[in-house]
Amino acid sequence: MNMNKMIFPLVVALAATLASTGCKKGFTKVTPLPGEYAHTPGGDQQPPTLPASQPMVPEPMPTTTPIAPGTTPTAEIDLNNYNQDRAALAAYTVHFKFDSAVVQDKEQANITSVGQALTADANAKLLIEGHCDERGTEEYNRALGERRALALREALQKNGIDAMRIKTISYGKDKPADPGHDEAAWAKNRRGEFILLHPK
Amino acid sequence: MKKLILNLLTITLATAALDLCHAQNEIQIQQQIKVLGTTPPIPVALDGFTGEAAEVLKFDLYVQGFSFVTPDAAQYLIHGSGAGGVTGSVTDKFANKMILSRSYNGASLRRQAHAFADDIVQTIQNKKGIGQTKIAFKSQAPGGNGEIYVADFDGYGAQPVTSDATIVARPAWVPGRLALYYTSYARGNPDIFYHSLSSGQRRVVAGYSGLNTSAAVSPDGAKVAMILSKAGSPNVWVCNADGTNLKRLTTGIEDSSPCWSPNGDWICFATKKAERRRLAKVPTGGGEVQYLNTTGAANPTEPDWSPDGKWIAFTRMAGDFDICVMPADGSLAPTALVAGQNPSWAPNSRTLIFNRGSAGRQMLSVLDVFTKQYKDCHRATGSNSQPAWAR
Repeated sequence: MNMNKMIFPLVVALAATLASTGCKKGFTKVTPLPGEYAHTPGGDQQPPTLPASQPMVPEPMPTTTPIAPGTTPTAEIDLNNYNQDRAALAAYTVHFKFDSAVVQDKEQANITSVGQALTADANAKLLIEGHCDERGTEEYNRALGERRALALREALQKNGIDAMRIKTISYGKDKPADPGHDEAAWAKNRRGEFILLHPK
Repeated sequence: MKKLILNLLTITLATAALDLCHAQNEIQIQQQIKVLGTTPPIPVALDGFTGEAAEVLKFDLYVQGFSFVTPDAAQYLIHGSGAGGVTGSVTDKFANKMILSRSYNGASLRRQAHAFADDIVQTIQNKKGIGQTKIAFKSQAPGGNGEIYVADFDGYGAQPVTSDATIVARPAWVPGRLALYYTSYARGNPDIFYHSLSSGQRRVVAGYSGLNTSAAVSPDGAKVAMILSKAGSPNVWVCNADGTNLKRLTTGIEDSSPCWSPNGDWICFATKKAERRRLAKVPTGGGEVQYLNTTGAANPTEPDWSPDGKWIAFTRMAGDFDICVMPADGSLAPTALVAGQNPSWAPNSRTLIFNRGSAGRQMLSVLDVFTKQYKDCHRATGSNSQPAWAR
């Protein structure tokens, strides 16, 4: 056991030394002989008879940042430093299907509008409130409300908005928009609300 | 008890006679089913008590598996009086002898009656009674704001712990101590607070960006499991009692309501897999998530592991909410017992406290899972929910 412990670091060190010196030697030994074409691609000793072609410029590719759901850390935004403007984005409240945090296609216009508002005002930040209907247990709904707010944040990210400008808060089923107990009320309560934050 | 044994014997004999080959398995299953929700109560006759003392005794015994019958039909006779302090005796009719005789003084009449009920349970069931235990719960006003309360387990003597006039959630006791963790929006965000009831001091234990909620304290009091969304989705995290040494345990899309196995090895929680709600457990030191088999109980949430390790209670949602109980080892499908939510085990591992009623007007209720007998607690102001039994 003790032998092993002593030998192991030595072996590692030896391996590292061999690896590094070995590499260097490999490169320094390749010295092209005079009068011979170097076989390295793009070498400067190609036969002069070949016509030069137009260099190909690769077509610019759009840069993409894949947004996997649930992987962007939440932003540290202290609400005490902002005035909350609930009216500005009130028209763009997004609604969800029962027990779902998936942003429906029909809500894309709302997401775009909120994204535009944030793009237009670089100083503004955003608070997203996630809400649920009453058909779910309290803590389950608190998680679902957060998941809805985070899903809306991810949708805005896809529209190019920096996630670090967005704070999420879940109210579960504690703040229904409609106090009723039927499907019409529930549909209104399964929602994400956008509140614009202006620095104080 | 004798009756129960007789019944089981009858089943044993009948089954054995019918089919010797399968007898062993079937008896085991029959006994289990019998235990949850269909165990006959122990019939007792209560005599001599009036008013508050009678009320307390009836409540305490009913939710621990006793029923009240005429002396003829009773197995035990409970006799006594609450006048000038509780005095009581218990006579075993089968053995034809007095097995308990005691008088109580000091404290309140309620407390004396609870103490007598505890002695009855100890004498007849050989188990520690729950008469003098405490609960914590959430009381919510129609606007959504509320406060955390503590009370006797039957709802009497309720006292507010907080006075923040904000949204609160999910109180959790530190085992064996007068201290709570709970969620409060007092700082504008759902944060987890630690609150010592003996000193009145409190502090934020988890105030990360995003959701901080559903604190659950380990059986030894050293660790706290909770739901945090700081990494981008609501997941189970665990930290030391003071909030240090934070570690993420799950990476699912939407987790909620962690609870501890009594040996401290597992955290059971509600999660979603392929858009379906499931219960799962994860080793407390981190590791692979295992999904529990809750076949027949749609949309399970809010698990709570019984202190004896045998059962997991949870809420299912199939139109309405029901309290379900299943063996923690998954050997049997869950049994739906009564309509309600948020089950929390008593220290006796047979009684649950939960909330039930219409939306916005929930009340606490106490259920004996073996006899399925339940009684509503004394109401505190507002909608009462998310009870946590001190244990």
